[in-house]
Amino acid sequence: MAEYSAFSLLANALKGNKDWKPAWRKPDPKASYDVIIIGGGGHGLATAYYLAKEHGITNVAVLEKGWLGSGNVGRNTTAVRSNYLLPANTRFYEHSMKMWENLSHELNYNVMFSQRGCLNLAHTPTQFDDYARRGNAMRHLGVDAELMTPAEIKRLIPALDISSEARFPVVGGLMQRRAGTARHDAVAWGYARGADRRGVDIVENCEVTGFLRDGDRVTGVTTSRGDIRAKKVAVAVAGSTGRVMHLAGIETMPIESHVLQAFVTESLKPFIDTVVTFGMGHFYMSQSDKGGLVYGGDIDGYNSYAQRGNLPIVDEVMSEMLALFPGLARVRMLRSWGGVCDMSMDGSPIITTGPLPGMYLNCGWCYGGFKATPASGWTFAWTIAKDEPHDFNAPFTLDRFHRGLVIDDKGQGANPRLH
Amino acid sequence: MLITCPYCGPRDVIEFTYQGDGNRERPDPVSQNFEAWNAYVYDRLNPAGDHNEIWQHSGGCRAHLRVVRNTLTHEISRVAFVRGDHGSAARPKAEDEA
Ligand SMILES: Cc1cc2nc3c(=O)[nH]c(=O)nc-3n(C[C@H](O)[C@H](O)[C@H](O)COP(=O)(O)OP(=O)(O)OC[C@H]3O[C@@H](n4cnc5c(N)ncnc54)[C@H](O)[C@@H]3O)c2cc1C
Ligand SMILES: [Zn+2]
Repeated sequence: MAEYSAFSLLANALKGNKDWKPAWRKPDPKASYDVIIIGGGGHGLATAYYLAKEHGITNVAVLEKGWLGSGNVGRNTTAVRSNYLLPANTRFYEHSMKMWENLSHELNYNVMFSQRGCLNLAHTPTQFDDYARRGNAMRHLGVDAELMTPAEIKRLIPALDISSEARFPVVGGLMQRRAGTARHDAVAWGYARGADRRGVDIVENCEVTGFLRDGDRVTGVTTSRGDIRAKKVAVAVAGSTGRVMHLAGIETMPIESHVLQAFVTESLKPFIDTVVTFGMGHFYMSQSDKGGLVYGGDIDGYNSYAQRGNLPIVDEVMSEMLALFPGLARVRMLRSWGGVCDMSMDGSPIITTGPLPGMYLNCGWCYGGFKATPASGWTFAWTIAKDEPHDFNAPFTLDRFHRGLVIDDKGQGANPRLH
Repeated sequence: MLITCPYCGPRDVIEFTYQGDGNRERPDPVSQNFEAWNAYVYDRLNPAGDHNEIWQHSGGCRAHLRVVRNTLTHEISRVAFVRGDHGSAARPKAEDEA
């Protein structure tokens, strides 16, 4: 298997890069496994990696209906942060942040984690107070947070319009310096190689079409490449959660699937070296290492499995961008795409045993699950291996809604399109 | 995406506000059946295929509409006023899951 080091890079460069080996095998599925993971996205692959590495469970298959990384792990806008309000979220995402800080080293794979900071802009005094409250909540739990004045913000992002003539004047912001971005494809590839090397079979072009059952108990799956049995079946399919649960006979879930779009401009010289979010609407932007501005906004706002968006959101995102950065008016948009997000009823994820015996469920990532990838895989692997949650994911149950224990960071109520 | 309002005719989706899943049945307001209330608030069918949903023509005649829209293709097969419509298309079966 291909290992990366300064020496291997140099040696391969001198030989015309002809001798690189594939990063993972392409095995045919076996008849049975200890654990099957449905979904070869970041979370499924990280789960497989930690099952093997932390729990010694290596007779594992990851089944992916398309090619590895074809879902949201390869479609997101790469922002990584842990600036949440509620303790359950802060603890979980901060655990993830700590894992990010060591991930390239852990995987021997450069995931290009870049702690360029994430700044939330406030446009009213009330919003600024609200950010102060969130910043304090974060600092209580040992997470870095700092309030910034408009003058400090202008020094950080010179192109930002902070004048009083701006459509939404900037009154301050909340900065998390340790937040940033990572190379999303590399995260999938790094976990895939790490899992493969520990014996996990990653089976691409293998769609799960149904579940094998013994009474209530799930005993395996039917797939486009035949039946595969397993002691434990874990589901980590992000935007497809509703469909896959229907295959298991589970008619309703506290989930709606919605499409989220993302956009990239042509490459510019260095323009912005942080992630900035616009507090008056829903807009956020960073600059990739290739120079393109990467940005997005709201979900389209109605149920969709279409993996493509509609024009009104394109229009809205562009106008929000120009409200902040009038100077970008003539920059060309290079490409846009959509991903299907599993919006939960409180905006927080579900990582749990069940809902059927023999089944394990990881879903409800809404449009913020990329940053969760390491902690999601790590806690899900723990839950699968031990049949009980770790402290970090214990609050993220499936029945929390019915038990009145929702984790609603934004306070939007059971309204998925607003989370 | 165009939605054909039965009153105003075909209009751009930007004139409409999504009011969510039209399959849910609101329990009797005096009911103390927690299961029914929980299901109403939190449980969703979320089908990949035809979906029965409520939209308001908020930028037009302001009527509430019952719309059947395919969540895979965005194709709209039925639009009717909510008032007087008793949801004959309620709980459509997801076609691709046969
Ligand atoms: C446009 C966009 C921008 C985003 N921006 C951010 C961001 O900046 N920061 C952030 O933290 N998060 C962001 N997110 C959210 C984040 O990408 C997701 O929450 C996260 O990637 C989901 O986990 P995953 O990677 O495992 O999902 P996925 O990569 O979607 O993995 C699920 C996999 O399951 C497979 N699958 C589905 N059904 C089956 C089946 N029946 N059989 C076999 N395989 C199946 C799919 O093909 C897919 O590959 C964004 C999402 C989108 C769409
Ligand atoms: Zn109308």
